[in-house]
Amino acid sequence: MSKEQPAAAIELVGVEKRFGRQTVLRDVNLSVASGKTTVIVGASGEGKSVIIKHMLGLVRPERGEVLVFGSNLARARKKELNRIRMEFGVLFQNVALFDSMSVFDNVALPLRERTKLSETVIRAKVREKLDLMDLIDADDKFPAQLSGGMKKRVGLARALMLDPKVVFFDEPTTGLDVSRSNEIYRLFHKTQRQLGYTAVIVSHDVPKIFKLADYVALLAEGKIQGVMSPEAFQLSEQPLIRRYVEETMGPIYSSAKEESALYEPA
Amino acid sequence: MGIFLFACLLNLVKPPYPLFPMIRQAHFIGVRSLFVIIFTGAFTGMILALQGYYTLTKFGSEGMLGSAVALSLVRELGPVLTALMVVGRAGSAICAEIGIMRNSEQIDALECMAIDPYKYLLAPKYVAGILTVPLLTAIFDVIGILGGYLIGVVLLDVNGGTYFQGMYASVDWQDIKMGVVKSLVFGLLIVWIASAKGYFLHRERSGGFGAEGVSRVTTDAVVLSSVAILVWDYLISAIML
Repeated sequence: MSKEQPAAAIELVGVEKRFGRQTVLRDVNLSVASGKTTVIVGASGEGKSVIIKHMLGLVRPERGEVLVFGSNLARARKKELNRIRMEFGVLFQNVALFDSMSVFDNVALPLRERTKLSETVIRAKVREKLDLMDLIDADDKFPAQLSGGMKKRVGLARALMLDPKVVFFDEPTTGLDVSRSNEIYRLFHKTQRQLGYTAVIVSHDVPKIFKLADYVALLAEGKIQGVMSPEAFQLSEQPLIRRYVEETMGPIYSSAKEESALYEPA
Repeated sequence: MGIFLFACLLNLVKPPYPLFPMIRQAHFIGVRSLFVIIFTGAFTGMILALQGYYTLTKFGSEGMLGSAVALSLVRELGPVLTALMVVGRAGSAICAEIGIMRNSEQIDALECMAIDPYKYLLAPKYVAGILTVPLLTAIFDVIGILGGYLIGVVLLDVNGGTYFQGMYASVDWQDIKMGVVKSLVFGLLIVWIASAKGYFLHRERSGGFGAEGVSRVTTDAVVLSSVAILVWDYLISAIML
């Protein structure tokens, strides 16, 4: 990224990861701009979620560095890792709500375990977040009693509970219908404007996700093929990016190609 | 698994000490196992008395029934059968619970919230296991002795005074110490094996995915715990006798 762009909150430098004999990531270089939304796209099974797991410190790379606010997670000790994770919020692909806890307890857990706030303050904060997510009537329900969209909203409320600096979204709208997806995007937009967090989103919802993105990165063949604005991404001449755009959005209109065909003699 | 045990025990002694989760786990492993422990304890004592009576009658030593029942229970059957019952009831549940949490990324979610799963999830189970298995063993022993009394004294007419006097004379502190040491070790073993099997579900060579993966590790945990209890029973007996 150029010098005019904001400082990087997260940087992956030469990250390589293997699972058994399979190399999933080869020399991944990615910079996530602070305060902005970076969307990682790519075909299924390319390792997008593995990139997020590296950023979260859940997986350590075979080679390379994962720099979060300047600290290398690839070598961080548990104490440092926990300090950095205090700045994180995560919405997992399958939400990962604690299924033996009510919605209220799920959302309250980070505050109860990571802060010394009184129960009265915790209750007020949780109610505020549940209200923001339109979940105020569902506080005593259990995850198994919720719809997919509601689960995602509970997950988002829990992820935002400690006012994180970086929020990770792993396939935030997978399995949701169009209106529920739009609702999640609306909540994302609203909360990011309120809290100003850096967002890293892994998504298949192309091109809709481009509306939220400041930067789009394509993961293909184990490497990041480019990080650019959504507009530049859609017009990129890089062969793998072009192929991905055409596969997901249809062929790009080109006046030179399309119109010349119209005037060719039959 | 050794490093896992060390990390769990380290988090067990490191403050803060979450009292409510410990009580909840003690309730789950201890209180909710009470019925099965009382039931098996009573029948074990009754069978011991019945079999012991007919064996001792051959040598004209029915008076030794109390000591035979008490020594068998305090030294061996009490700790071993209690531990096996707890494996079946609580060990399998601990393994399945942690395995499902691993499968559904709930443990990853805890880590991402900077909540240490060793401290939050596992340490209370270790405290509960180490505390409740010896207590359950004590209850098993007492109920077993009373079961033996019911059969030996009430049904088979052994003298009640002789039954208890034989017990006082033969059971010494060394026997009780052996029972306590065994039950402490078994309590630790049960929680260690069950929690480790669930926690490392994703690293299972045979594939730890989905419901089948959870079912497989739960079975493994029960079998391994049961075998480990019998092996350690022998080792502790050999060392302490």
